[in-house]
Amino acid sequence: MLGKAKELANELKQDICAVIIGSEIRKFCNVLSTFGANKIFIAEDDALKEYNTEIYTSILTRIILKHKPNILLFPATKIGRDLAPRVASTLKLGLAADCVKLVIQDGKLLMTRPVYGDNILADIICPNTRPQMATIRAKMMKKAEPKQNESAEVIKEPVNVNVDSFKTIVKEKKKTSIPGVKSIDEADIIISGGRGVGSKETFKIIEELSDVLNAAVGASRAAVEAGWKPKSCQIGQSGTTVSPKIYIACGISGTTQHLVGMKGSEVIIAINKDPEAPIFEVANYGIIGDLKEIVPLLTKALKEKKI
Amino acid sequence: MRFIVCVKEVPESIDVKIDLKTNKLQEEGISTTLNPFDQFILEEALKLKKDEDEIIAISVGTPQTKMVLMKCLALGADKAILLSDNVFMGSDSFATAYTLSKVINKIGDFNIIFCGQQTVDGNTAQVGPELAAQLKIPQVTYVESVDKFEGQKLVVKSQTDEGFKIVESQIPVLLAGIPPSSFTPSLPPLRNIIAAQNKPCIIWNFEDLGGPKDKYGSAGSLIQIIKVYYPPPRKKGIVIVEEPTTAVEKLIELLNKDKVI
Repeated sequence: MLGKAKELANELKQDICAVIIGSEIRKFCNVLSTFGANKIFIAEDDALKEYNTEIYTSILTRIILKHKPNILLFPATKIGRDLAPRVASTLKLGLAADCVKLVIQDGKLLMTRPVYGDNILADIICPNTRPQMATIRAKMMKKAEPKQNESAEVIKEPVNVNVDSFKTIVKEKKKTSIPGVKSIDEADIIISGGRGVGSKETFKIIEELSDVLNAAVGASRAAVEAGWKPKSCQIGQSGTTVSPKIYIACGISGTTQHLVGMKGSEVIIAINKDPEAPIFEVANYGIIGDLKEIVPLLTKALKEKKI
Repeated sequence: MRFIVCVKEVPESIDVKIDLKTNKLQEEGISTTLNPFDQFILEEALKLKKDEDEIIAISVGTPQTKMVLMKCLALGADKAILLSDNVFMGSDSFATAYTLSKVINKIGDFNIIFCGQQTVDGNTAQVGPELAAQLKIPQVTYVESVDKFEGQKLVVKSQTDEGFKIVESQIPVLLAGIPPSSFTPSLPPLRNIIAAQNKPCIIWNFEDLGGPKDKYGSAGSLIQIIKVYYPPPRKKGIVIVEEPTTAVEKLIELLNKDKVI
């Protein structure tokens, strides 16, 4: 996000400010400076440890009213897409969701977002309201070059939270993703398995390939429904939309509901037995054959290449 | 208790076309259905409903949207309200939330508002939170199930970026729902479809809601769509049909040549 913010700020000759809300977050100031933030607004309190829509909204709206930004960006994560509309509606601001491209046109932010799955794109502006707001698929934006020895001005924002006034409380939190294993949102490479994988055990060969490529493992709806992978891995209309640099689809036929969730990937590689599978229509490279033979061979070949 | 479920009529297939003459989406003549996210959350609301409770389904749409509300009635909603007026046309998520908030205020008391997390067409996922903000009530989004509802508190399971969380909330609250992968939408039996004909389905227009006209529809919208277009087509790919070992060799050669890896 900072990479994109930097690009927009340079064009408009404006500052890049970052906002962090939470507890024990001061440690993030360094990395935000390194990636180009000029100012960092920090709202820190132990009571802010768990994300809470209403409390985070009240803190963020106060920061917005005080500092009056021109553009306000959020990641299109579940938290980002929960918080941004709440803030936008509270302050009566225009907001575009899940943008894949942002440019400045005639001094205004031009936001491009997919509608109807990824079948159609729409260009959107906020004609009258400021800040212009967008949630963005950060993975699709170019990362900023880190610069050491940069130090942003850190501005402490007042926090006044009364835990007793919380109307919603998180009772329990569970990660279904395994620690150390990359999540599909953050990975540059995703290896996905579908119905063609055949069993939970066979997913192991997909995991081995993902290890070699430092990739995340994804799954089609069919594979999740079969219980081979958790819901957090599901890519497609009823799961997560991803757009990594490389997407390898193994044994995925490519239903519309899956394609809309990964069509934005830079390079798509498909391995499937069925030459008629729709996945080949979007793939840059395809191998027609049995993934159970091909995936282990690919793992082996890539491993050797590394050494 | 009174539950209000906000629903939308959406195209059955998201493979819609752009009318090249008007540069707008072709909306006429395509078959439509109840947004699946909305059907899911309606079914969650029905699970909570006790005999004395009332479920009202509301939708902003065209006269044709009545069909979707009839489905909600057949599934078990007690009453439906359709907001249909040219004044509401061209609403963005903010103006839609405003219209819904006016309807809800006109209905009066409520305990829980249910929304689909997103729609399969616009996919902004914004109407729920924007509505909750305008009604000044808390919200829980990405709700997969409502696990407990006792007194003035309910407990829901909601998806997070890493997994899920269990959230306890006071009522009134707005819940935005997303079906778990195991969800299969119910088909209402014929007798319920027939019985739905006798349930009230009211149509309200701008005059019924009142207030300044420029708060609704495109005039009340804060974003403006300036162009819709097809994404650039993906380049025709290369398909390898060889023995596994040769195929993998060829693929790696191609990936090297194109500097993919």
